Amino acid sequence: MPASHSESAEFVNAFEIKSGAVNLPVLKLLSVDMEYVSSQLWQKIRQAPEFFRNAPMAIDIHSLVDADVDIDFVGLVRAMRDCGLIPVGLCGGAERQNQAAQAAAGLSVISLARHELPPPASAPKPKAAPPPAEVHTKIVEQPVRSGQRIYVAGGDLVVMSQVSAGAEIMADGNIHVYGTLRGRALAGVQGNLGCRIFCHDLQAELVSIGGHYKISENIDDSLRGVPVQIYLQDQSLIIQRI
Amino acid sequence: MARIIVVTSGKGGVGKTTTSAAMAMGLALKGHRTAVIDFDVGLRNLDLIMGCERRVVYDFVNVINGESTLNQALIKDKRCDKLFILPASQTRDKESLTVEGVGKVLEDLSKDFEFIVCDSPAGIERGATLAMYYADDAIVVTNPEVSSVRDSDRMLGILASKSRRAEQGEEPIKEYLLLTRYSPERVKLGEMLSVEDVQDILSLHLLGVIPESKAVLNASNSGVPVILDEKSDAGQAFSDVVRRYLGEHVTHRFIDVEKKSIFGRLFGG
Repeated sequence: MPASHSESAEFVNAFEIKSGAVNLPVLKLLSVDMEYVSSQLWQKIRQAPEFFRNAPMAIDIHSLVDADVDIDFVGLVRAMRDCGLIPVGLCGGAERQNQAAQAAAGLSVISLARHELPPPASAPKPKAAPPPAEVHTKIVEQPVRSGQRIYVAGGDLVVMSQVSAGAEIMADGNIHVYGTLRGRALAGVQGNLGCRIFCHDLQAELVSIGGHYKISENIDDSLRGVPVQIYLQDQSLIIQRI
Repeated sequence: MARIIVVTSGKGGVGKTTTSAAMAMGLALKGHRTAVIDFDVGLRNLDLIMGCERRVVYDFVNVINGESTLNQALIKDKRCDKLFILPASQTRDKESLTVEGVGKVLEDLSKDFEFIVCDSPAGIERGATLAMYYADDAIVVTNPEVSSVRDSDRMLGILASKSRRAEQGEEPIKEYLLLTRYSPERVKLGEMLSVEDVQDILSLHLLGVIPESKAVLNASNSGVPVILDEKSDAGQAFSDVVRRYLGEHVTHRFIDVEKKSIFGRLFGG
């Protein structure tokens, strides 16, 4: 072993700063009435508390009708934290709102990779959630192994292979598994109740649509091992052979 | 450039060290300079299985810390001069291993050796992740038993995401399945998972099936890698594995129940 080994032991990198891409759930704010937001948020989180526990979430204020309005960021952050969420940053805000968010609530300003077109400042917009301008689908070709988690924000997930027991696949949209689904599948995680789960062979530990879930024990044996689709009808999960 | 093979599993006690010793010996006997490294710092046993426990002076952690040279720590096997063993430390723990330290040792070994077999500890913590970080090939040792299969599946997920090849977007680690402690009789009775059942869940390239064998315990106790026990079923199975790994097409044996009929015995059983 050359003597230079001891010299190289003196300088070792303690860290590296690199750019990375993450998928984050986004809370699209549609009202500035913080009490109203807070109570609705609590209702939503209660449907699947474990799923949202310690989940990082960004706040998007792009869809607010009045782009210049004052927002109680401190109240919003408190409401999110009370639900177990971890607010990580603000996007879609005007300069004034960004500064307020940073100063009052310590939120960082982040930019979403995808954005809807901003509503015209003069015309009032309907309060219903606007449909996303772009929907992207993530296609996974390798088997999803035990312990792996895949989350597709703002789109569908297609898995071309099996999903092992102990794996979790989640999407804001639909989920398609062209193989055996043995893990957990959660579709419509942002609350889109019209989403569906399709798979070639259902042996899942848990399936959920918009927070309404069913565990393996409660899935009828006749629906195991066959191609099925799963959807919500009047708040109950229907599993149907296809 | 040496080919780095990690023998891993997730679950403990499935046959990683037995396999590492047999593979390394097998490769060396075929004429390839091979080094086998024990990554189980604090719970070392590769030196016992290889029969060199009385010749350990310096170990892996000594080399990483610069307390000894690589040549001082490597132990040459008495039976095959192309095989070298780098034992683990027994007194330290896994915190002594660092990514850079391990990388440097592997780089130095690559200059002299064709194959480097890394015997991973059980689990998915530091020792196991470091053992597989620099790997080119991974042999995932699995027992035909539900918890072992689940743990191997988890390990495959980690191989696919936490290895150096994965982090740098290079060609992924080549994964092989080695099914150990297989009992065709119990599979036939429906008590044990079959090769097909395991493949259904793991979907991996099958490197080999090693039958449950008394020879393995005898081999460990005498410090002789089981591949050297050529009469035993396990020894022969490991020989097949080494040949298959090197690219030869070898039919899988020891998967079906042996039919012991009088005709078989008369006409060449």
